[in-house]
Amino acid sequence: MSYIKPKFRHPRLPINTLGYTVADYDGAISTLCAGCGHDSISAAIRNACFLSSIPPHRIAKLSGIGCSSKMPTYFMGRSHGFNSVHGRMPSVATGASLANRELTYIGVSGDGDTASIGIGQFVHLVRRNVNMTYIVANNGCYGLTKGQVSATADLGTVSKYGTANQFEGIDIASLALLQGASLVARSFSGDKEQLEPLIRGAMAHKGFAFIDVVSPCVTFNNHAGSTRSYTETREHLDAMPLDFVPMREEIRTHYAAGTGQNVTLHDGSVIHLHKTGTDYRTNDRVAALNALQAAQEEDRILTGLLFLDPNSQDLNRNLNLATRPLNELGKNELCPGSRVLNSINEGLR
Amino acid sequence: MKPTNTTDPEFFHKVVDCQYACPAHTPVPWYIRLIAQQEYTEAYLVNWQSNVFPGILGRTCDRPCEPACRRGRVEDAPVAICRLKRVAADFKEDVKHRLPGAGPANGKKVALVGGGPASLTVARGLAPLGYELHLFDDRNGAGGFMRSEIPSFRLPQAVLDEEVGYVLNMGIHTHFNTFIDSMSDLLAQDYDAVFVGCGAPRGRDLPDLPGRKEAAANIHVGLDWLASVAFEHSSRIGKKVIVLGGGNTAMDCCRTSRRLGGMDVKVIVRSPFADMKASDWEKEDAVNEGIPIIDNHVPKEFVLKKGKLAGMNFEKVEAVYKDDGGRELVPTGEKPVFFPCDDVLIAIGQENAFPWIEKETGIRFTGWGTPLLNDDVTMQSTRKEVFFGGDAAFGPKNIITAVAHGHLAAVSIDLYCQGGDLTARPGPQVNLVSQKMGIHEWSYASALVEDKREAVPLVELEKALSDRALEVELGFDADAAFVQAERCLNCDVQTVFTGANCIECDACTDICPTSCISFVRNAEEQDLRQRLVVPATNTAQGLYVSDTLETGKVMVKDEDVCLHCGLCAERCPTAAWDMQMFLYNTATASLDLMEIT
Ligand SMILES: Cc1cc2nc3c(=O)[nH]c(=O)nc-3n(C[C@H](O)[C@H](O)[C@H](O)COP(=O)(O)OP(=O)(O)OC[C@H]3O[C@@H](n4cnc5c(N)ncnc54)[C@H](O)[C@@H]3O)c2cc1C
Ligand SMILES: Cc1ncc(C[n+]2csc(CCOP(=O)(O)OP(=O)(O)O)c2C)c(N)n1
Ligand code: SF4
Ligand code: SF4
Ligand code: SF4
Ligand SMILES: [Mg+2]
Repeated sequence: MSYIKPKFRHPRLPINTLGYTVADYDGAISTLCAGCGHDSISAAIRNACFLSSIPPHRIAKLSGIGCSSKMPTYFMGRSHGFNSVHGRMPSVATGASLANRELTYIGVSGDGDTASIGIGQFVHLVRRNVNMTYIVANNGCYGLTKGQVSATADLGTVSKYGTANQFEGIDIASLALLQGASLVARSFSGDKEQLEPLIRGAMAHKGFAFIDVVSPCVTFNNHAGSTRSYTETREHLDAMPLDFVPMREEIRTHYAAGTGQNVTLHDGSVIHLHKTGTDYRTNDRVAALNALQAAQEEDRILTGLLFLDPNSQDLNRNLNLATRPLNELGKNELCPGSRVLNSINEGLR
Repeated sequence: MKPTNTTDPEFFHKVVDCQYACPAHTPVPWYIRLIAQQEYTEAYLVNWQSNVFPGILGRTCDRPCEPACRRGRVEDAPVAICRLKRVAADFKEDVKHRLPGAGPANGKKVALVGGGPASLTVARGLAPLGYELHLFDDRNGAGGFMRSEIPSFRLPQAVLDEEVGYVLNMGIHTHFNTFIDSMSDLLAQDYDAVFVGCGAPRGRDLPDLPGRKEAAANIHVGLDWLASVAFEHSSRIGKKVIVLGGGNTAMDCCRTSRRLGGMDVKVIVRSPFADMKASDWEKEDAVNEGIPIIDNHVPKEFVLKKGKLAGMNFEKVEAVYKDDGGRELVPTGEKPVFFPCDDVLIAIGQENAFPWIEKETGIRFTGWGTPLLNDDVTMQSTRKEVFFGGDAAFGPKNIITAVAHGHLAAVSIDLYCQGGDLTARPGPQVNLVSQKMGIHEWSYASALVEDKREAVPLVELEKALSDRALEVELGFDADAAFVQAERCLNCDVQTVFTGANCIECDACTDICPTSCISFVRNAEEQDLRQRLVVPATNTAQGLYVSDTLETGKVMVKDEDVCLHCGLCAERCPTAAWDMQMFLYNTATASLDLMEIT
């Protein structure tokens, strides 16, 4: 068993605008089960950060507990990280984002971490529109504790232990839509062509960006009878392909007019949705909820960018907080003294 | 692209870069692993089976394997393949009892003209099969140029004698000090076949350069001079020596001069330094011994004073490269440059010479003076029972090429003498075995080391220059050899893909340190090469393409910079990847000479 990834890399690795190669975004070698969908998501996050030329040291990775929550160790070893308590990553993320609004926050969670123990914290994170990318590696089970069905498991799916799930699963994408998330997407760990641009778009978005990623647990949820195995997922996949085009590049040079829908983000970058034969619009929350519902009725797993409000106000702006990170403020700004306190108190009288 | 046919051994053969580049296709990673395991004797035998002269080649080989070594593509320097071969030879136990002897007589008789590596390899191949072998050489011993030309400070005589002896001891009838002066006479005798391994023995001269005749006493043709030193007919040279030429002979001439009294020895060459024919390491060795190499100087005349050689005049030139790859040396127009000297050694090339092969033998020659052969596989000449090999076949090359020719010719001669079809040749001996020991465990050292290549230690310069026969290189000790051996990437451990097992989880793509594996839509090769995770621009290396997989994509592996680290196979949940040891032994006349464990 190899514990170390060799240092050697392809001698002709492309470099991004910062001069880094994708290897500069690598983490430790994964200890997850071989073939776990989570590893693919890790690679997609790594690739997305590389492609978007985000300096590794300007990224903070946040997670809870679970195989999925272990993922941050396996990508971007030079970034900040916080592995919190089970289901409590939202509060840590909220605090971090308030304290330093300039970092790119990537939350990585599991379906158990988010929808079982963590559902309470999760909905508040959504409604507050914390500026972060929140990725759920959704395998329909508790992988780390040996595969018990989770709160997102589909009704009737058979667990590794042979019993069918008696409860309707929570659809966390719908939940995020209902709670007012400003970007909602769904994808599949085995579809990097879609997942990478989605993550890049989510990181460019100012506000809470939620991506629910179907991520098969090869060990406990990849058997016949499971609705979340590689085969089952691929069979029911209904993917809406898309691309991410950074602001520097001209969207017109990429796509002929009328070939799809473009959504422009805060920083000028564009998410280009390929024409899929449907007239899906990403700016309609109700339509998105309907589409998810309809897909579920028809046993389709609808993936792609489901909803985006590019003009949302994130928590920092809503609360009108300091525009600079706290660690850049001086003593006088952080602790303005009794004169300022008095004037605040005066204002409240 | 069509799915790769991995049942054709040539695909995996090509992945083992060093072995593929070696003219004799020595299984390099195999012997390097044996060295790491301190199994020096077995490592030696793997070599001996394939290249006949491990101790000699471990010191002198032109090593085409090293520029081909994969390590050189992922790091700055290749594995020290050649000098590790020497380690096997240095540290082995007595191997005599392990080597094959002559087989029971089969009634066939073969003459070998010349006693160099080509003829000796033919002898080694045919002796175990029971052939009666007669080897003729005009020198007083076998080895050819390995004895007469390669200086002892690079190749000690004891090493040469030992390995030449292993062959001669297989019951070879030797006829030394015997120059074959007529092929017709030889053919008139009762030989069933004749192998010509007489080398390219004629050194080029500058007969028309002014002063050549007048100063003849102090002007020597390099090839002849080195031989006269080797056979101890010459033991001194003047204080100031000019060596003309830029090949390996020039390097041996200048270094030998330094040991025979030359204090101020210069190499003067027409071409730019970078274009010189000598290997980089030989140039380095010469420069280390205080020998300047003066490039871009064309010899114009020998200058005499009082009837004796006093120096040479040169014209300065500049290389102009043309679009078609050609090169022209254009005079700069500067004044001629004079270099004083006592002796000049002319080492500007060598040629084939077959004055002893008569026209009526039916053996025909090309315009280049080399024999017309059926092809470069059978080595058969236009006279069916006469075969060529080594420098005699296609002009001057090197020892390992002579050995490779020897293997081919021995197979041909055996087929010919047994009435077989020369084109129905035996294939290579191949084997492919899984290295899986446990879930994530391999029976080879899959982890990569980051140690750098180290140079072989040398004897002190002063000592080296005082003794012509003292070997300059000391060789690696066992510890250094282990470190150097561990640098080998085990390119013979192949990544074998079974598409039917693959669930397209991408785990292998994601883990691969050198981004070799892609899952993409199939396309024509050129297009496909561009669409991989990292475009596969090194077209010298193959693509491994699978059948169409479940999602309609194919797995494409660029073999270029695979580290053979086994991580893809470790991360694969379905064992769609397996690491399998690939053995490839080129066909020789007698392949299973001995058992190697
Ligand atoms: C100075 C020098 C240094 C070299 N260094 C290296 C090196 O470091 N590494 C390397 O790989 N190669 C080296 N080479 C090249 C190498 O020596 C030859 O390529 C190789 O020896 C060729 O082998 P062969 O069997 O074809 O013939 P040779 O080795 O040339 O042997 C032919 C023999 O046949 C004899 N002979 C010729 N005609 C007749 C005849 N009619 N009757 C009887 N005997 C005859 C010759 O005298 C000679 O002994 C060097 C060559 C030179 C000149
Ligand atoms: C407070 C608390 N309760 C329970 C656990 C036990 N536990 C560890 S991981 C886990 C479930 C993880 O499931 P999920 O988030 O889906 O991650 P996965 O392993 O499936 O990726 C549980 C219940 C814990 N670590 N902490
Ligand atoms: S148990 Fe399941 S979720 Fe956890 S690492 Fe293994 S495959 Fe992945
Ligand atoms: S052995 Fe596999 S993982 Fe390692 S470099 Fe080669 S293809 Fe990549
Ligand atoms: S790791 Fe194995 S199963 Fe997964 S894509 Fe690679 S070969 Fe296929
Ligand atoms: Mg889970």
